[in-house]
Amino acid sequence: MATEVSQSQARAPQPGIDVPGWLRKNLFSTWYNSLISIVLLVIVFQVVTGFFQWAFTTEGWIAAASNGRLILVGRYPAAELWRPQLALALVAVLLGLSGGVWRGIAQALTIGFAGMMLVLTALWTQLPPANPPAPLTTELVLVGIAALVGGAYAAGRAGGERLRWPIIAGWFLAYPMIILILQGFGGATVPTNLWGGLMLTMLLSVSGIVLSFPLGVLLALGRRSSLPVVKFFCVVYIELIRGVPLITVLFMAQLMLPLFLPSEVRIDAVVRAVVAVTLFSAAYLAENVRGGLQSIPKGQVEAARALGLNVVKTTLLITLPQALKAVIPVLVGQFISLFKDTSLVAIIGLLDLLGVARAINTQPEWLGFPGGVWRETFFVVAVIYWIFSFTMSRSSRQIEANLNRGAR
Amino acid sequence: MSDKSEDIIVCENVSKWFGEFRALNDVSIRVKKGEVVVVCGPSGSGKSTFIRTINRLEEHQQGRIVVDGIEMSNDIRNIDAIRREVGMVFQQFNLFPHLTVLQNVTLAPVWVRKKTRKESEQRALELLERVGIVEQALKFPGQLSGGQQQRVAIARVLAMEPRIILFDEPTSALDPEMVKEVLDVMKTLASEGITMICVTHEMGFAREVADRVVFMDRGQIVEEGTPEHFFTNPHHERTKLFLSQIL
Repeated sequence: MATEVSQSQARAPQPGIDVPGWLRKNLFSTWYNSLISIVLLVIVFQVVTGFFQWAFTTEGWIAAASNGRLILVGRYPAAELWRPQLALALVAVLLGLSGGVWRGIAQALTIGFAGMMLVLTALWTQLPPANPPAPLTTELVLVGIAALVGGAYAAGRAGGERLRWPIIAGWFLAYPMIILILQGFGGATVPTNLWGGLMLTMLLSVSGIVLSFPLGVLLALGRRSSLPVVKFFCVVYIELIRGVPLITVLFMAQLMLPLFLPSEVRIDAVVRAVVAVTLFSAAYLAENVRGGLQSIPKGQVEAARALGLNVVKTTLLITLPQALKAVIPVLVGQFISLFKDTSLVAIIGLLDLLGVARAINTQPEWLGFPGGVWRETFFVVAVIYWIFSFTMSRSSRQIEANLNRGAR
Repeated sequence: MSDKSEDIIVCENVSKWFGEFRALNDVSIRVKKGEVVVVCGPSGSGKSTFIRTINRLEEHQQGRIVVDGIEMSNDIRNIDAIRREVGMVFQQFNLFPHLTVLQNVTLAPVWVRKKTRKESEQRALELLERVGIVEQALKFPGQLSGGQQQRVAIARVLAMEPRIILFDEPTSALDPEMVKEVLDVMKTLASEGITMICVTHEMGFAREVADRVVFMDRGQIVEEGTPEHFFTNPHHERTKLFLSQIL
């Protein structure tokens, strides 16, 4: 199809880039601009040099470095580490295959993922031997997973289009499978109070996203329903949840729920946190989706109904896809904040990424460090949060760009 | 019902209110199978509202509508049955922007008529060929001109093989040079014996194609007749005034 626009048009003439000219134009055009520029440059210089001085002279990195396992998986037993590794390998295979089949963002994510594995490997080999000694195989596992991504990517490229649906099905199955792998079954289970670190953070946020999405969409549809009872309950639910902070919902789930339930029913703390995060996120998601639904012109529904599509089909095929597409940036923004908000579970005693950082700071080994190790540890944790959030936000831009290719 | 006469659409004393405002006031009309009826009138006269009651995009509060032997009621199955027989072309096209042209045309056959995708696509390509835009099949509606979009909308309606097509000012949102391409498609359809009710200001089209012209004002049918009668010898003052303004 002739959708491409000719790229060969002559470009507008580009003025030559001249450093002194650029400086004069942008930083020193008037005396007060010069003053502002100088002050800001001094501040930036101070901050940057101060940061690098601290970063290169401090010895506190050792705390985060020697607690790599705690940061990644919390207190998950060393003997069972193959479980998170297997889960990671599963994700690696699916990601690699997706990257090979879809290219675009999936490919970029694949490369990023493989790169991260190799960087982690490099970091790991730089570490002083930990005490107690970390399993020797960590580097091997990381390299292996990077290789797995590469292999899956090649397989995806070779397999092409016909792998699409199996991969989509694979992603849907991956979530319950990973839970099952991490938890184990039969006699050999790993209790969730040992789950922690980045793994727990990922698990809470992915669960929150995966579970709150359908719930939020249903609430949004319910709020627009013509059935007064459905509408009433949805409105009450959404407004109630949106009226309280997440931390109160977490406290409710953690402390008050056990009071209401019979004493023999004991719900796992992680499950309660997941439920709280999901219920909370769903209310916001519902409002975002509702915004998208409202942006769909009335004519769309009329055209669909006039063609004989019933209400359900009209919603699923016409309004919902358009509404969701319209709110992708908002939804990704919400997922990013959900990802970061899961750090609140540290307050109710779960050892997520933030929780393990706090735990590391209180380890007795670091008591001798002047001022403690909390700066370095929290910095590492912040970087991890940032990498994931930034990846999500870049991906959403890409998805938008892809979807807008054929837009009106 | 359908044995008794050739009337494919029967409206008897149809009335509709928007709050206090009476949009339709005892509208009665019978349309024969294969007939082309043009509905005209000043804006706000209820012509769009009227044709929208025929496929229940607007609910009427009084009177009776029978389409192809199916009596309109609140029963959703009746309404769906009627909608399967009646296609509608809108002023604003209302194509689905997230689907390609081909998907727009195959959507209803696949999901409502339960035809296979392959069969529907083949038929859709034939229809797109017929309205002259088969080469645009894989584009999205937003990439087409207004005239092309409206022709896709007509193909989308035809894919459901309706016995009746309602046109709600199909050329009003088009640039002048695109009006003809849409009217040409409509003329072909009219000559093929599909029953058409068409709200339009295109008097040339009415004169050339219509079997009957209906003039509405303030929610009522003021005058109706053959195009010759309507354009050369209208009875009512209101019709004369309207024609003097529009021609």
